Amino acid sequence: MAQASGGYYVPEQTRWPIVGSVALTTMVIGGINMLHGHGAGKYVLLAGTVLLLAMVFGWFGNVIRESQAGLNNAQMERSYRWGMAWFIVSEVFFFAAFFGALFYARQLSVPWLAGEGDVMKAITHSFLWPDFEATWPLLTPPATEGFDIPKATVPAWGVPALNTAILLASGVTLTIAHWGLLKNKRTQLVLGLAATVALGLVFLYFQVEEYAHAMHDLNLTLASGIYGATFYMLTGFHGAHVTLGTIMLIVILVRCMKGHFTPEHHFGFEAVAWYWHFVDVVWLGLFVFVYWI
Amino acid sequence: MAWRRFEQGDGFLNMALQKNRLMRGLLALSAGGLCAGTAQAGYEMNLVRGVTDASRTAYDLHMISLWVCVVIGVVVFGAMFYALFAFRKSRGAVAANFHENTTVEVIWTAIPVLILIAMAAPATKALLTLEDTSNSELTIKVTGYQWRWQYEYIDQDVSFFSNLAASSRDAVKANPAAVENYLLEVDEPLVVPVDTRIRFVFTSNDVIHSWWVPALGWKQDTVPGFISDAWTSIPEPGVYRGQCAELCGKDHGFMPIVVEAKTQEDYDAWLETKKAEAEAAKSGADREWTMDELVERGKEVYGTYCVACHQANGQGIPPAFPSLVGAPLTTGPIEGHVDIVLNGKAGTAMQAFAGQLNDVDLAAVITYERNAFGNTMGDLVQPSQIKAAR
Amino acid sequence: MATVAHEVDHHHGPARGLSRWLFTTNHKDIGSLYLWLALIMFLTGGALAMMIRAELFQPGLQLVEPEMFNRLTTMHGLIMVFGAVMPAWTGFANWMIPLMVGAPDMALPRMNNWSFWLLPFAFALLLSTWFMEGGAPAFGWTFYAPLSTTFAPDTTDVFIFAVHLMGISSIMGAINVIATVLNMRAPGMTLMKMPLFCWTWLVTAFLLIAVMPVLAGAVTMMLTDRHFGTSFFSAAGGGDPVLFQHIFWFFGHPEVYIMILPSFGVVSEIIPTFARKQIFGYASMVYAISAIAFLSFIVWAHHMFTTGMPVAGEIYFMYATMLIAVPTGVKVFNWVATMWRGSITFETPMLFAIAFVFLFTIGGFSGLMLAIGPADMQYHDTYFVVAHFHYVLVPGAIFALMAGAYYWIPKWTGNMYDERLGKLHFWLSAISVNVLFFPMHFVGLQGMPRRIPDYALQFADFNRIASLGGFAFGLSQLLFVYIMIKTVRGGVKATDRVWEGSHGLEWTVPSPAPYHTFATAPEIR
Ligand code: HEA
Ligand code: HEA
Ligand code: CUA
Ligand SMILES: [Cu+2]
Repeated sequence: MAQASGGYYVPEQTRWPIVGSVALTTMVIGGINMLHGHGAGKYVLLAGTVLLLAMVFGWFGNVIRESQAGLNNAQMERSYRWGMAWFIVSEVFFFAAFFGALFYARQLSVPWLAGEGDVMKAITHSFLWPDFEATWPLLTPPATEGFDIPKATVPAWGVPALNTAILLASGVTLTIAHWGLLKNKRTQLVLGLAATVALGLVFLYFQVEEYAHAMHDLNLTLASGIYGATFYMLTGFHGAHVTLGTIMLIVILVRCMKGHFTPEHHFGFEAVAWYWHFVDVVWLGLFVFVYWI
Repeated sequence: MAWRRFEQGDGFLNMALQKNRLMRGLLALSAGGLCAGTAQAGYEMNLVRGVTDASRTAYDLHMISLWVCVVIGVVVFGAMFYALFAFRKSRGAVAANFHENTTVEVIWTAIPVLILIAMAAPATKALLTLEDTSNSELTIKVTGYQWRWQYEYIDQDVSFFSNLAASSRDAVKANPAAVENYLLEVDEPLVVPVDTRIRFVFTSNDVIHSWWVPALGWKQDTVPGFISDAWTSIPEPGVYRGQCAELCGKDHGFMPIVVEAKTQEDYDAWLETKKAEAEAAKSGADREWTMDELVERGKEVYGTYCVACHQANGQGIPPAFPSLVGAPLTTGPIEGHVDIVLNGKAGTAMQAFAGQLNDVDLAAVITYERNAFGNTMGDLVQPSQIKAAR
Repeated sequence: MATVAHEVDHHHGPARGLSRWLFTTNHKDIGSLYLWLALIMFLTGGALAMMIRAELFQPGLQLVEPEMFNRLTTMHGLIMVFGAVMPAWTGFANWMIPLMVGAPDMALPRMNNWSFWLLPFAFALLLSTWFMEGGAPAFGWTFYAPLSTTFAPDTTDVFIFAVHLMGISSIMGAINVIATVLNMRAPGMTLMKMPLFCWTWLVTAFLLIAVMPVLAGAVTMMLTDRHFGTSFFSAAGGGDPVLFQHIFWFFGHPEVYIMILPSFGVVSEIIPTFARKQIFGYASMVYAISAIAFLSFIVWAHHMFTTGMPVAGEIYFMYATMLIAVPTGVKVFNWVATMWRGSITFETPMLFAIAFVFLFTIGGFSGLMLAIGPADMQYHDTYFVVAHFHYVLVPGAIFALMAGAYYWIPKWTGNMYDERLGKLHFWLSAISVNVLFFPMHFVGLQGMPRRIPDYALQFADFNRIASLGGFAFGLSQLLFVYIMIKTVRGGVKATDRVWEGSHGLEWTVPSPAPYHTFATAPEIR
């Protein structure tokens, strides 16, 4: 239950949001021009990205200074908690869209195109895609020309399994770090975090390796039909989130070393921890539905 | 025709008009008022009742739900307007202070539930009949194109395209009132036998379209790469008109549907002539054609297939639809011209016409384009050459 | 706490000049920004609608080419939904929620600024497509694949990223509302004592957080289908164009409740005030709102009855959709019961609220008819649908917005609006809106498809009537603009309570509400 104590800190003016908007718009314009093959595009995109980073550093720097100055009372912290929590929920639904596409393809569209389901689907198969067979992972799409036909699929019990272990381990090390923070054991905190960062980096390294292998050796690309599409979109967005999470962990690590956090006052740490665990859980979903079954 | 079909003052129509009067009373608003004015002039406002079981069922369900809503409306709005009148402050009303009553709240939650169940039952039954396309006597494949329909009579080897009639197209910017069945006329209608259980299978060549003839009682989307189906059985001969009902780009508003239901005999006769035509076309492809023949025929073909984008004067609507006047395509080497018309131009609105036009029509339209709108190439391409180029 | 208290005392009035608006963290400033943007977008989208109605005034093509007509329709829908109604409600949320729950400001003021300042950029991008080769989007506000993927021009990518920006904005805005409502309520204001407007917005915010990311996912898949060879929406690669529709409507249906729930909230504030009687069935109102929100997630395919779904699916979605009538009905009945044995006066906000209950319900009725699967095989993609959703959106959402604007503008500006002009605006709007949209039912039932620039002759008369109604309604809205600006400029000074029957915290602060309110929270018994 909320009790507004007299001192909820309402910041004065801020310049960062408008900077952020300009940055995002610049990035978008750059990106569009790249898509349409205008050379200048990538520089515009780069400029926007730099501006965005500046904004992020400026903005968070601002927030950190305030929290160091003790402006954030308990209620403020709760606001941050709600904010982060619901941000993560929105992320869940973003992934849900792509998982939804995956399930639809696996359970419905692919079997339908192969004639399973009602009469309509039988005709769909016999009239339109007579020699298409439903398999999952789908290696040969209904129309073969214009697609990169993969030689094989990415096996679950190789790198992916290893990556699963790595991420789970990183979850553990992160929790160890948290205990360290709560019990005010600096070394445990720093080492735990450092280990988590390391595991994150290793995960990313393996992921890149796997992509390289899949693309060059297996000829599995975004353009390999619905399997390649769902595979790369899901793992790709997850990879992007791991990257972001790792960067945030590094920032937190630095802040820990600077001694920013106290056992009772360390929301920054928790926020990143939540985020990391969320990325962790998403991976489990990926491992099961994209790689394994 | 079909649009006016249920006019023949059967009970339903009167019911419809009463309904409208009631709705008007209900609304007591000028939209209603104007309809009052127009209703007498014999305008129809209610759902097309159509001729098939499907359309009659849809109509009946429509009337049921409409009446349910009207009745509930009368009760709810009656109560509201009474309150507004009776409990006005200016009339010295003083506010009571009750603000909840579990019993009534339960009641007015339960009653709608019951009403809905009552409405859902017949709707479910109707859906099941509608979607059961089994044991059909005739199967017709309908393919949506931007912006025309293709009809294939399965295992009859009869197949043709159906385009917006030139009469309508020419009137769009002139005087629509002058043409009859404006925008609802085609160059070649779909002909079907009456009292036959016909199964339609739908697909699309490009984007999603939707095949809809109100008098038949349903519409069905045509999804590229998938087949969807529906069935009908038309009890009486007649001409039934409809339109594409799913936004499919520029000329979505200009791809009408005309279904001509004939008696079995007339239908069989029609089928024969169709088969004969197909033969003729085949043979036509083998003989040599003269310039004039080609140009004359090409003008027609251009009028139905090309004019929408490249315009009657061949000048198109740049940049989207380039001009053909003195263009590199129409004044360059004829092979290139043939190639583009046959296979289309990727990434542009230019479609591949190989599948849509036969050799003669292709040869004709290409020759025409090179010798019209001030293009004077003087060269021509024979159907046989098209056959070779395919 | 010393520093904190000190920090608070620091607060002073607004900064001078443009920087006030660019850099502000003040919920009232940001609320005003949202409202102004929404008004401008409403005028833009409305101007497009006027062109639509002008082209449809008579058979034949007089004003625009078919492609241009599709652009008008598409941009009209997009701008009205994403540019007018959604930002308008966020504006109300920013202005009123802190005042209603007794909070010093929104929970996350900086992010609040960003939520707004993404929008002008997003809409600048979207509108810029008019001036590019390829032109503005022409595939409908529902942008079905493959018309929006394989068959769409380059400018589609601008549209896609514009939608991304809008999504980010809405999500941040929603997070802010949730944090404010859950964490910033004055002591003693339990959730079940909270004004219904806050309740509706709390639930709306949940909907936003659940569906805006899905929309982002949908446009992202469009983007990759267009440029990176994925085949989510193409059978050739094992995907399905209909998959797009499922994803879109999983967003799209809750979206329509995102537009209407806050309307319910405002109406539930206004009717008790002018009936001088407490809202009837507060608790059941809260449950109804939640039930509607829950149901809105499981009914999406009622937009897809004609796509050839398996029949079991059609039956399920028909049932689920019909159910929504029940909680919505509860709300309607409760409003009527609130008026019952009240002591009613008819100031402009009340007039709009009454028209809302009346006309929204009619839109709801046609919605229920559309839910009947076999009948929708006829209704679908006709003007009957257009009539349905304009009844719930224009005399629905838009009327509620106007009711709210008249209701609270004295608190915002400290001035009373001109009651005479207000009533004039109401009657002009209430009449013309029906002349505009009611005939659309008839042409729809008689078989006129949507999204067509030209129509068969038997539709001519009702279309002419609708167009005339449209112009009348459009011009009437210019009166609204005039009244609002006039009130901002000055007028009879408003009292703090403004309305005789007013209730709630927002009426305990001075009019106009000072730049900073509730720096120390009020006590609620
Ligand atoms: C604010 C926006 C809003 C709201 C509130 C609603 C509310 C409802 N809508 Fe609507 N709808 C739209 C906006 C909205 N809709 C839009 C924009 C589209 C078109 C999208 C596009 O294709 O472009 C659309 C399309 C649409 C369709 C698809 C039509 C088609 O394309 O074929 C359907 C089908 O079921 C539908 C149903 C409903 C239902 C059942 C409700 C219910 O919530 C209504 C419930 C309310 C009532 C029923 C009235 C009050 C109740 C009582 C008085 C109780 C007693 C009543 C009974 C028991 C009958 N809507
Ligand atoms: C909240 C949303 C909202 C609102 C408020 C409106 C408001 C209006 N809508 Fe729209 N509409 C939609 C949402 C909305 N609409 C959607 C989602 C679609 C579907 C799009 C699609 O199919 O993809 C649609 C589609 C749609 C169509 C169907 C187009 C087609 O199928 O081809 C039509 C046709 O008449 C129409 C008309 C109008 C009119 C006349 C108004 C009026 O209420 C507008 C009144 C306001 C003004 C006019 C602005 C103020 C006045 C001026 C700016 C001065 C200029 C005025 C004059 C010169 C008179 N709308
Ligand atoms: Cu074809 Cu619309
Ligand atoms: Cu819906």
